[in-house]
Amino acid sequence: MVCPQSRGHTTKYMTLHTPPVSTTLKTSLRLPRLKLRQREAILFYLCISPWLIGFVLFYLGPILASLYYSLTEWDLLTAPQFIGLDNYVRLFTRDPLALKSFKVTLVYTLVYVPMDLIFGLSLALMLNQKLRGLGIFRTVYYLPSVLSGVAYVVMWMWMFNPQHGLINTLLSYVGIQGPRWLLDPKWALGALIMMSLWGVGRTMVIFLAGLQDIPTVLYEAAEIDGASHWKKFWRVTLPLLTPSLLFNLLFGIILTFQTFTNAFVATNGGPLDSTLFYVLYLYRKAFEHLQMGYASAMAWVLFLVVLGCTLVIFLTSGKWVFYRSIDE
Amino acid sequence: MSSRTKFVERDYLQPNHWRRNIWNLIIYIMLIMGSLMFILPLFWALSSSFKSDYQVMQFPPQWIPSPLRWQNYPEALTYIPFGRFALNTLFIAAAAIFGNLLSCTIIAYGFARLRAPGKNFFFILMLSTMMLVEPVRIIPLYIIFNKLGWIDSFLPLIVPAFFGSPFYIFLLRQFFMNIPLELEEAALIDGANRFQILWKVIVPLSKPALAAIAIFNFQGVWNDFLYPLVFLHKQTNYTIALGLNFFRSTYTVHWGWLMAASIVALLPMVIIFFFAQRYFIQGITFTGIKG
Repeated sequence: MVCPQSRGHTTKYMTLHTPPVSTTLKTSLRLPRLKLRQREAILFYLCISPWLIGFVLFYLGPILASLYYSLTEWDLLTAPQFIGLDNYVRLFTRDPLALKSFKVTLVYTLVYVPMDLIFGLSLALMLNQKLRGLGIFRTVYYLPSVLSGVAYVVMWMWMFNPQHGLINTLLSYVGIQGPRWLLDPKWALGALIMMSLWGVGRTMVIFLAGLQDIPTVLYEAAEIDGASHWKKFWRVTLPLLTPSLLFNLLFGIILTFQTFTNAFVATNGGPLDSTLFYVLYLYRKAFEHLQMGYASAMAWVLFLVVLGCTLVIFLTSGKWVFYRSIDE
Repeated sequence: MSSRTKFVERDYLQPNHWRRNIWNLIIYIMLIMGSLMFILPLFWALSSSFKSDYQVMQFPPQWIPSPLRWQNYPEALTYIPFGRFALNTLFIAAAAIFGNLLSCTIIAYGFARLRAPGKNFFFILMLSTMMLVEPVRIIPLYIIFNKLGWIDSFLPLIVPAFFGSPFYIFLLRQFFMNIPLELEEAALIDGANRFQILWKVIVPLSKPALAAIAIFNFQGVWNDFLYPLVFLHKQTNYTIALGLNFFRSTYTVHWGWLMAASIVALLPMVIIFFFAQRYFIQGITFTGIKG
């Protein structure tokens, strides 16, 4: 309540009413004597206090709590039983489905993220040309990426319908008998990747913003030096785009490791567990089988794997990410 | 136009500009083909949403169905209470947006303008929470909200917004940093306190950033699935995403209905996108992610 910035009001209040000496008054008398810098620091912590409290309640607390739960066996109904590292041992040695789900997620990430980057970059490069009417294309490519969620998935389930879906209908026009997509263990994961690539617009827009930030002076200088298009791309565009690349790579990996909705709605892990994503399996363990301890151990393993990936990318980024030191 | 003069210069530097024209033509063709592929799923869904069960199965398919079976819409939307689901979602979104705008403005102001020991540490800590994998929080959050008796209410989806969200705080902070300090100093000299400055100087100047946050937040709530799935159980509490998923799992045979419901669920984001595309783009530019 006693905000440093309200000093003006406090003093006015005191001279007018001369209230009895109380502890609150003492503090308010003492506050003005604080150095300007200290008052600013107090105000800073007041300002960020909602986030600080939220951080402790909704981030730090839950993360530590889930570390503790991961060492217990707990079905929510009876008290948690401490079992040490048994959940982790079970996860790594006695649960083939967990291993399978990790493999599915890893394959998906390793295929989807590079494709997302390549398509996103190619589209951004094309849309960055000085040509007329490109705004409409940007809109068309960007629109699907704001539509994620259940409706997006349901729409694609209809696209992938083996008998009457659009994809197999179009394939049949050119004489190809399309696969059963989401119903075929060999094709389901690929279908999910195609489905997610419809949202490539997000990546594209971030690349586009990066491209538009590259000073044209650099290209003009390169042209005077007689650089070819190819050389300009490799020597000017790509190095200056590495910060956007780092961002897209990082968030691409973090988000794909957490894939849940698409698989839950489109396939629910099937057929034959071919799309059993790690988080989908975790959700089942926690909220369908009520194995809170085991699911927490799974969550912590994911947390550490993603943290590891993030750190490796960050630590090596010094070698390949090029930051422009000063503007032109 | 300055871009046109640049073209002339480049043509002067590159005598073989017919190669450039062919290159441009190739780019146009690729972009047109690609955008057809991108627009087709939406068009197909829209077309199917006007088809009867029989028309849906026809081969070759009709692109523009005749007759148009518009009854799919009222039938699908009243079969389960989609109106209720939409209201639930709108209520959650409105409350969450209010909470985020309020808290993120204050928090971001602190990070942008006030000096204090430990500020950098907390700023980096905040940024790092953006990279946190959500599943590591969801079980403890479920347990906390369960203890509070909040499960099957909207509170778990609303209350956290009042404590700010890292991405929005970051976006606003970047925007505040670009507002000239002189404006604030002038207000300080005029006797305004920090709160008045924030409310009367910073907030009015930050409308584009605040609008971007509101839109991102709406998108987040409207599309969210995992959290409502975990925290809401009664059908009367369903959000639009939960309702559509329930509808899908029970009536898969009626693709016309399913597409009608999906189109309605997609429509708000499509409309917002067309009216506010620049805010989406600006949101990315504000953060300086571009590099």
